[in-house]
Amino acid sequence: MLESLTLLLICQLTGEVVVRFLDIPLPGPVLGMVLLFAGLLIRRGVPKPLQDTAGGLLSHLSLLFVPAGVGVMLHVTRIQDAWLAIGASLVLSTLIAVGVTAGTMILFGRLSGTRDSDGEDR
Amino acid sequence: METAQLGQIWVYLATNPLLHLTLTLIAYLGGSKLYRMSGMNPLLNPVLIAVIAVVAILSLTGTNYEQYFEGAQFVHFLLGPATVALAIPLYNQIDRVRRSLPALLASIIMGSLSASLSAIGIAWALGAGPVLLATVAPKSVTTPIAMGISDALGGLPSLTAVMVILTGVIGAMLGPPLLNLLRIRDWRARGLAIGVAAHGIGTARAMQVNEVAGAFSGLAMGLNALATAILLPILWSWLFG
Repeated sequence: MLESLTLLLICQLTGEVVVRFLDIPLPGPVLGMVLLFAGLLIRRGVPKPLQDTAGGLLSHLSLLFVPAGVGVMLHVTRIQDAWLAIGASLVLSTLIAVGVTAGTMILFGRLSGTRDSDGEDR
Repeated sequence: METAQLGQIWVYLATNPLLHLTLTLIAYLGGSKLYRMSGMNPLLNPVLIAVIAVVAILSLTGTNYEQYFEGAQFVHFLLGPATVALAIPLYNQIDRVRRSLPALLASIIMGSLSASLSAIGIAWALGAGPVLLATVAPKSVTTPIAMGISDALGGLPSLTAVMVILTGVIGAMLGPPLLNLLRIRDWRARGLAIGVAAHGIGTARAMQVNEVAGAFSGLAMGLNALATAILLPILWSWLFG
C-alpha cells in the first residue's frame, strides 16, 4: 500500500514538474494520470496492491471535494447578487453538456454500427 | 471555572487541524449514510449534505474558512493522487476505450464546447459581467484545472472552485434522470456524459453505479480537462478579444 501510494505521488510530482517546466496549460495530476496510464500499458497489467490502493482512494472520491465546496462561504454575497445568472447557467449548461455528449456518442455508435453494454439507473 | 476550562479546550481545538479534519469526515460519512438510507436518491448527494452541514457548523461557531482549511487541507490534498489513480479503472477498460476511440474523442470535444459555450451564453443573457463569465465558463472541468483556466481568463479562481462543486452536484443529481429521459442506456455514453458535465463528483457517482460507466466517466473528466484547457482560451479570445 505504501509503495502504491508513493507511486501515485511520484506520478503526480513528475506531472507537476513537467507541466511547469514545459509551461503546458494542464494540471499536474492530469498529466500524472497520463503517465501512470502509459506505465500500465507498457507493463501490461495492474499490480494487485496498486489496484487496492487506487480502489480505496477512488471509492471515497466525493469526500475529497468537500473542503473546496465549503469555500462557498467566502462568496455568499457575490452569489446572492447574481444568483439567477449563476443558477440558470450552471443547471442548464450542465444538462446541455450531458445531452450533447451522450447524444454525440450514441450517434457515432449508430453510424459505425457498434453497440455495447446497456444499463439504466435513477 | 468549568466554562473557562471549556473555553481553553475550544481555543486549543479551534487552532488545531484535528477538529476540522474530523468534522469534514463526520459530515461526509453522515451525508453518505443519508444517501444510502434514501436508496441512493440523487437529491441527497453526500457532497452537498456534507458542505451544508460543515458551513452551518462553521457559521454557528464563528469559524472562518482559513481556520477550517488548516484541517481540511489534508483531505483536499488527496485530490491529486486520486486524479492520478483514475488511470487504473481506465486501464481496466482499455479494450472498450480502444474500440470506441473516435466516437469518444468527438463526444468529449462536443461536450467540452457545449458546456462552456452554453454556460457563457446563459450567464451573459442574464446580465453577468465579464469577471463572472470567466468564473463560470470552466465550471465543468475538474477543480484544479478549472481554477487555472478561470485565472487565465480573468475570473475569480476560488469562486470557480465553488461553481465546479455545484456543477458536479447538479450533474450527479440531474444527469442520470435526463439520460433515462433521453433513453440513453449505453454505459459508455452515460459515463462520458456525466464525466464531461460533472467531472469527479459525477465520476464518483458513476463508479458506484457501474464499472464501465465509472471508467468512461473518469476518462471523460481527464480528456475534458485537456480539451477545455486548450479550447476555452481560444474561444474566449475569439468571443471577447
